[in-house]
Amino acid sequence: MTTLLSVKNISVTLGNRKILDNVSLDMHAGDLKVLIGPSGAGKSTLLQCINHLITPDEGEIHLEGKKINTQSNAELCHLRQNVGMIFQDFNLFDHLTALDNICLALVKVRKLSKDEAQKRARKELDRVGLSNRAGLYPAQLSGGQKQRVAIARALAMQPKILLLDEPTSALDPELVGEVMNVIQDLAKGGMPMIMATHQMDFVRSLATEVLFMEHGTIIEQDTPKVLLADGAKTRTLDFCSKLNNLKGCEL
Amino acid sequence: MELLDLAFYTERVIPKLNEGLIESLWLIIPASLIGGSFGVLMGVLRVFGTKWIKKIADTFVAVIRGVPLTIQLMILYFGLPYLPFVKIFLTPYQAALIGFIFCTGAYQSEYIRGALLSIKQGQIKAGQALGMTKLQIIWSVIIPQAFRKAIPGCGNEIIYLIKYSSLAYIVTHIELTGEAKILVSRTFRPTEIYLLAGCYYLFLVTLATWILHALERKLYIPGFGKANS
Ligand SMILES: Nc1ncnc2c1ncn2[C@@H]1O[C@H](COP(=O)(O)OP(=O)(O)OP(=O)(O)O)[C@@H](O)[C@H]1O
Ligand SMILES: [Mg+2]
Repeated sequence: MTTLLSVKNISVTLGNRKILDNVSLDMHAGDLKVLIGPSGAGKSTLLQCINHLITPDEGEIHLEGKKINTQSNAELCHLRQNVGMIFQDFNLFDHLTALDNICLALVKVRKLSKDEAQKRARKELDRVGLSNRAGLYPAQLSGGQKQRVAIARALAMQPKILLLDEPTSALDPELVGEVMNVIQDLAKGGMPMIMATHQMDFVRSLATEVLFMEHGTIIEQDTPKVLLADGAKTRTLDFCSKLNNLKGCEL
Repeated sequence: MELLDLAFYTERVIPKLNEGLIESLWLIIPASLIGGSFGVLMGVLRVFGTKWIKKIADTFVAVIRGVPLTIQLMILYFGLPYLPFVKIFLTPYQAALIGFIFCTGAYQSEYIRGALLSIKQGQIKAGQALGMTKLQIIWSVIIPQAFRKAIPGCGNEIIYLIKYSSLAYIVTHIELTGEAKILVSRTFRPTEIYLLAGCYYLFLVTLATWILHALERKLYIPGFGKANS
């Protein structure tokens, strides 16, 4: 199996605190890895290191077997085009319509003509069920719709991997479903993903691997079947059941 | 009735006030364009500059904002020729224009700075994550948003500029207010002449307000800039 992306021995230090301590992982075609862990564990930091929104102090990123030279803007741009990112708080461009949010990078980065960009943007909006919202501005969309536009925007760049940082945790409970449905469809379609999430039914049914993080390191790493088996003596199960007691939702 | 003496207005007052108006526009338009650009530059430096550049720009703005414009104009025109080593002689027009550019630029930089600071940083990350360069993000995301947020403040400043341009008479540059003063001293009819000069300013301000509103309407984006968007 070819390795799509390798994260090799990444460390991030802030002051004298290690936010990430020697973290490595490999992504292959069809992988869906889920990051779980307490607040402050370093999940967001790890995700942002992968596409170099945060520059790690040590370590390397390899894309399809090739080491990314992070000094080169062209290589960084290449990395980011191939690794899409979805943020917790959507981060849509406030001054652009849903359609133009998607078109901007298609025109500026992918160098598509305006017509081609719009055509592709409409297709992606259709995929997330928002073709009738193309002309609306972010302020006119609900949280769930904003996140779906953000997903469409990332997909339009035709990334090989998608990073998702708690894509539903800023949403009202009744809006979580519409976003999770889109992500589920993507997962079933075989899009490789690394996702920080606490949506446990999604993790159980679709994750190929669970990475449990704490204090900047991965301390457990296995299939959800193993880590979340009834009665398993794992930190992952312990954490998830506590989370459940807190939220009172099904595990 | 003296007030209705039409010939007095059409032959003596209005031609002179019109001359003054042209002079005023020669101050207001360059000062707002150059001062505006200067303000944008200062605003950008105050937000994105290195530590020392920020300090220098902040200090400059603090000084300009802290000293009355009247004093600044007098320093530029009456003070500079008496400097100990290099003596600088400015014409009245130059002194007034430079004073206005500094003044309006300093205030404009406040509005630009506020607008830049209010842009949600997540959008910059989103742009980077899509592979956009810093320059592309500044041009296509930050500037269009900051511009919209800065319009009301910057517009207000232009309206102030229209009115404080009347201070040019302090450095003996004769514009609208100067012409009015001269007319009054010749005709001893201050009421009508100052009222009419006031109307000229009112007209300029109304025109500027109207243009600014038209610009705001043209650039309007539903919900943009509201706290909760
Ligand atoms: N800009 C920053 N400056 C200082 N500390 C930071 C910064 N960003 C993150 N940290 C610290 O790094 C640690 C890891 O943060 P990170 O956001 O990656 O955690 P997380 O696992 O995503 O948490 P959460 O579940 O709350 O999103 C935290 O302790 C946080 O306080
Ligand atoms: Mg996080």
